[in-house]
Formats: sequence, C-alpha cells, structure tokens
Amino acid sequence: MGVMTQSPTLFARLRRLNRDRVAAFLMLLPSVILLAIFVYGFIGQTFYSSLTDWSGLAENPVVNFVGFENYNQLFTDLLNVRFRQDLVNTFFFTLFFLVGCLGMGLLLAVLLDQNVKGESIFRTIFLFPMALSFIVTGTIWRWLFNPRGGINVLPTVIGLEPLQIPWITDRTQIWQFNWQDLPKIIAIVIVVTLVWLAYRYWRQARRRAMLYTGGAAVLILLWVLLGGADAVQTTPIPETHGFNVAFVGIIIAATWQLSGYTMAMYLAGLRGIPHELREAARVDGASELQVYRYIILPLLRPITLSAVIVLGHISLKIFDLIFAMAGADNATTDVPGILMYLTAFRGNQFAKGAAIAIVMLVMVAVVIVPYLYTTLRSEHEL
Amino acid sequence: MKRLLSLVLVLGMLLGLTSLALAQGPSGELEIFSWWAGDEGPALEALINRYQELYPDVEVVNATVTGGSGVNAKAVLKTRMLGGDPPDTFQVHAGQELIGTWVIADRMEDLTFLYDEEGWWDQFPQGLLDLLSTEDGIWSVPVNIHRSNVMWYVPANLEEWGVDVPQTWDDFLAVCPTLQEAGVVPLALGENWTVNHLWESVALAGLGPDGWNALWAGEKSWTDDDVVAVWETFGQILDCTNEDAPSLSWQQAVDMVVNGEAAFNVMGDWAAGYMTTTLGLEPGEGFGWAPSPGTDGVFMMLSDSFGLPVGAPNRDATIAWLRLLGSAEGQDLFNPLKGSIPANLNSDVTNPDLYNAYSRSAAEDWASNTIVGSLVHGAVANERFMNDFATVMEIFLSSRDAVAASNAAQAVAVQAGIGG
Repeated sequence: MGVMTQSPTLFARLRRLNRDRVAAFLMLLPSVILLAIFVYGFIGQTFYSSLTDWSGLAENPVVNFVGFENYNQLFTDLLNVRFRQDLVNTFFFTLFFLVGCLGMGLLLAVLLDQNVKGESIFRTIFLFPMALSFIVTGTIWRWLFNPRGGINVLPTVIGLEPLQIPWITDRTQIWQFNWQDLPKIIAIVIVVTLVWLAYRYWRQARRRAMLYTGGAAVLILLWVLLGGADAVQTTPIPETHGFNVAFVGIIIAATWQLSGYTMAMYLAGLRGIPHELREAARVDGASELQVYRYIILPLLRPITLSAVIVLGHISLKIFDLIFAMAGADNATTDVPGILMYLTAFRGNQFAKGAAIAIVMLVMVAVVIVPYLYTTLRSEHEL
Repeated sequence: MKRLLSLVLVLGMLLGLTSLALAQGPSGELEIFSWWAGDEGPALEALINRYQELYPDVEVVNATVTGGSGVNAKAVLKTRMLGGDPPDTFQVHAGQELIGTWVIADRMEDLTFLYDEEGWWDQFPQGLLDLLSTEDGIWSVPVNIHRSNVMWYVPANLEEWGVDVPQTWDDFLAVCPTLQEAGVVPLALGENWTVNHLWESVALAGLGPDGWNALWAGEKSWTDDDVVAVWETFGQILDCTNEDAPSLSWQQAVDMVVNGEAAFNVMGDWAAGYMTTTLGLEPGEGFGWAPSPGTDGVFMMLSDSFGLPVGAPNRDATIAWLRLLGSAEGQDLFNPLKGSIPANLNSDVTNPDLYNAYSRSAAEDWASNTIVGSLVHGAVANERFMNDFATVMEIFLSSRDAVAASNAAQAVAVQAGIGG
C-alpha cells in the first residue's frame, strides 16, 4: 500500500521538478544570451583588439596580430609615461578615497546612532550628494576649487587675506619613487603581508598554514636579495612617479559625494547589532570607547568589506568626476579611463585604447573576484 | 482589360518620370554635423536659413555636439562612422585632421568635379587648396579662415606701463621683469590646449615658415638644435605667465588682458570675435593686435571645412550644401557672424558694413603673407600626433627639459608617421 501511494507522487514530483527546471531555464535563457553577447562577447572582442595593431578609421582596416606588444609598450615604452603615472594616480586616489569615505561614513553613522533628534533629516542630508551625478558634483567643485574664487576667497568674508591654494592646478608631486624600483617595492609589500599572515596563523596555532606563508615570505625575500627584482625589465631609464597633490581636490569631492552612502551602510549595520550585546558589555564594565572597539567595530567588518568593494570599483573606473572637474587634458589629474578615451577616440589608436581598458578590467577584477568567490562560497556552505 | 491595365501602368510611369524631371533640386533630409553651438551657432544658422530658401524641399537637421574645438563631437562622429552611419556632411579642420583621419581611411568622396563645376580652383588661395588635397583629389570645402599667431593687448594699458609691442620673443623676455615688478602678468595663459597654442607661435618664430613646414614634411628632425632652442625659449616664456593658467578658459585669459591684469595674450583670432561681440570693445581702440613675436609676414592658418562622406544618405542635398558653403555669397553670410575671414577670394571682405577693422586687416595679411598651417587646430599633423603631443608637452612641463621634450616629440613623430 505504501509503495503504491509513494511511487506516483515521486514521479509527479520528478516531473514537476523537470518542468520547473525547463521553465526556469527558458526564463533565464534570454538574459544569458544577451549577457553572453553584450558583456562577455564584447570583453572578448576588446581583449582581441588589444592584441592587434588596429588604428585608424578605415572601413576594412588592415589589422595584424601583435600579441602583447601593446601591453609591453604601456608598461615599458618611454612615451607611455602618462599611463604609468595614471596607474600611480589611481592607486593613491583609491587609497585616500577609501580611507576618507570609510572614516567619514563611520563617524557620521556613529553620531547618528546616538538617538539624535531629527535623525531622518540628517540622514537624508548626508545621503543626498549620492543622488547627484558625478558630472554635476564635478562642475560644482570645479567652481569651488577655482584658484581665484570659491573656497580660496572664503576668508575675505571675515576680512582676511584670500588663500593661495592652487588646488587641481597644482603641479607638485610628493612621495616620489623610481618606477624601476616597483618590482622590488611590490615584492617587499608581499613579504610583509605574508609575514603578518604567518604571525596570525601562529597565534591561532595553525602550524601548517604558518609554515607555508612563512616559507613563501622567505623565498620571495631571497629572490629580492639575490637581485631577482632588479633584473625585471621595466623602463629603460629611471622614471619618477609619485602622488600628484592636484588630486587632493578630486579626493575631497569624491569623498563628499560618497561618504553619505557609506554612512547609510554603516547605519544599517549598527542597527543590526542587538542591544543586548552592548548592554552585556556595559554590564561587564566596558567603557563606551571599549564597546565600540571590541564589540561594534568587529561586528561591522562585513559592512566594511562590502563598502570597500563598492567604493573600490568606483574609484578604479573613475572618469566622469575628473572629466568634469579638471577636463580631459589636465595631465596631473589624469586616470586610465580618461587616457583610454583620448587614446582611442582622439588619437585613433584603438588597439592601445583596448589594452588600457583590459588593464582597468583586470584591476577591478582583482578587487571584485575574490569578494564574489568568498560570498558565493559562504552562501553555498549555508 | 489586360491591355488597359498595361496602358495605365505605362502612363503612370511616364508621369512619374516627368514629375522627377520637374522636381529640380534635391529633397529629403540633410544632416549637418558640427560642434558649432552657443556663440558660434548663429553663423551656421544664417547659412542654413539661406539653404532652406534655395531648396525648400530639403529638411535640414542641424546636429551639433557641444564641446570646445570639437572634443566630444569628433568622438561621436568616429563612433557613427565606424558603425556605418555617416551624417550627410560634417565639420572638419582642413589639413591633416581631414586627410590623416578620414581620407586615408577611404571615408570621403573626391570633390574635384565640384571644384571644376564651380571654378573654385582660382577662387581659393593655393596654400589652402594644398592643405585640402592629396594626389588623388580634393576632399572638402573650406568655409572660413582663422589665424593662430596673433598677440592681443590693450593699447592704453601698454602706454601706461611704458611698454612697446615686442617684435621678437627676446624683446618680450626683456620687458617681462619690468611688467612683473609692476604687478602685471606679462603673458596671460589659459587651460592646457592654450599652452600648446602658445607653443606653436613660439615654434613658428624660432623655425621660420620654412623650418616649420620642413618639420611637418618629415624633412627636419625634432632633435635639431633650433627645435631644442624653441623649447628653451618656450620654458622662459612660461615663467612670465600666470600660475593659475590651467583653471582658466581662453576667454578668461583674454579677460585678464582686457581688465589690465595682464599685458599680452597669444590666441587665435576668434578672440577678436569674443572681444567685439561679447565684450563690446572697438577693434583698434579697446584692444590691439599684432602678429605674435617673430612671425611678422607669416599667417598661421586654420580652417573649418565640410566634406562629402562615402555613403552619405542624401548625396544631392549635400552637394547643394557644399555649393552654397564655398560660394562668395555663402561665405559672406557666415564669416561676419563667426568673426572669421572668408576663404573664397571673391567674397566682399573689404566691405566695412560686413567685416570689422580686425577682419579687414586679417584679410589683407591673408592675401599677402606666407601661409602655414596650425598644429593645434588640425592643419599640419594627424590626430595621433596631436594627441601624443599632449604627452610631449606634459614631459616638458614636468621636467622643463628641452632635450627630453625634443626626443619625445621625435619619437612621437616617427610613430605617427609624420611626413611618411
């Protein structure tokens, strides 16, 4: 009897599952096809273009396959010094933009979390800049940072001398380094990270992990000490790069625009922390500072990670804010996105533009892929 | 029945043919692609209005993409051309911006037939025709002429400061400290492209017209001593300019001269249009002009032109447009409003009702001077070189190393196939 009743339902369930699957597959198919063509297909085409010498606007251009020559030129050729400075610019911009947004966002969120009156008004005000387009903020900040107006003339309102800060027209460069030292610098950064990881594993008593990381650190260190890093071919002559002070203005504008968004994320995180935890900590005699240091900040770590991903991919791809604030030709505030636009659509060098685009894609992927990987894996484990 | 039907058909076809023959002139849509919006819009409008009077059956689509000297328009145009959707005609600087980008890509139609029909070979100066031509034909119709190497000043201010208009850059560098001590910026400069604009005037002075042309023919190396010397002079001149230059538009740089904050400014003669029309100054009294130092007798020109792209949707209407554009009548409609001088030698340029004092003087120079092409405004070098020249300038500005800049420029010239 039991067998008699069970088997039809099993079949029915299987059939329903199959039908569901087919339906789901059919539903997904259009977007899968569109994504395959318009995202991955075009990424593939861009990558292919970057391996050729395509330039000029001929209808049937003569295109030769040149392998990684465009990339080689970008990283070593004397005339592509601007691209390398752009990478340095992106690095510093991303760094300070992230620190600024996370710091401001956390501060504002913690302040708003103190049950202030009119909290929703402040929340809206802080969040509002995010609703503006980068072009709008760029234009406004361009006026504010005009050396002969805007912020610089503010002190005259109370009868002081106007400021003489050149803002985005500044040509000074600080923290300079030689591009040829870059392999060495990167190797040392990796060694330091590995040593730190090994130390953590040691604290956690994970012997094998500690040995692996520690061993890798020693190997890389040996490679550097034996001159391996110096042998890496970079530019033929020494080439200084550094942090362009002109970027300070850009960083301020970008931070102004997106720290409200970071605040909203942190505020949501703070609201998600049960009150009992804080109460318990206070009962145990923790000061307010200690509550934040040992209870709240560690619990906010996933929020910080998400914010770093979102803000990081914005800053790595930034184009419109700088285009509006400083124009396309202000070389001191140049970034790869602008250089790609100019190389491809003004200089007609489409292959080189494609190569710059692929380098940008790789930079963003380096940030996002590990994040997607860990989130997808943890979802799977759940 | 069948016979009747075929009769009707034949009659209908005959009628169709006659109506085609009767409808003289083009019809349909004509899309004109340019970056003339804002201040420069009315000049184009005047031409379009006249065109509509002549060809009422054509519906003109005035497609403008804003952005100084066509930065954005050119990018849009390239996307459209690559995508197989050319406009009927588009604005392009005469010279290598036309030849090096569009003609070598086989995207333009030869206009020799039009020049033959209209007798334009004698109506435009030879130097200009050369810029528009290759061995295989002539590729666009010029509508105006601007001059790049002009130095602007306010005569009354110079008198007050006791300064003469410098004849050479050495003269200028000699008065530079005097002006600086008086609290005056000797030379007003604006954003990045105006720096390149200043450079081409300095280079023309240093190399002379022959040296300048040899440079672009690939017969002269950028590493030659006199080119290096140009960079050195240029560096000294930059020391006499305002520090906030990158934040100023070219108009704001002109404003500094008009307001008495600066003594001189080197800018193309669209500055005359700005000062007369927008600022309401009288040419010769409110502002004065001279060829930029060391370039007396040389006219560094740039010209806007329109061509006929291969595959233009409405070829007949476009040819009619080009006919109007190149005619003396069309040029006299356009140029007084644009503040430029007509390219067509038959136009009424001496008429003081049409052209102001500056334009008339420029037209005299145009007819008598040695003519060379501008780098920054697309005449002498292809777009690849122009784009990479920004990098060369950046190398110079950050290192102030004349030799390094010359070497970089030479490398760019080789890569971009200058003269090749």
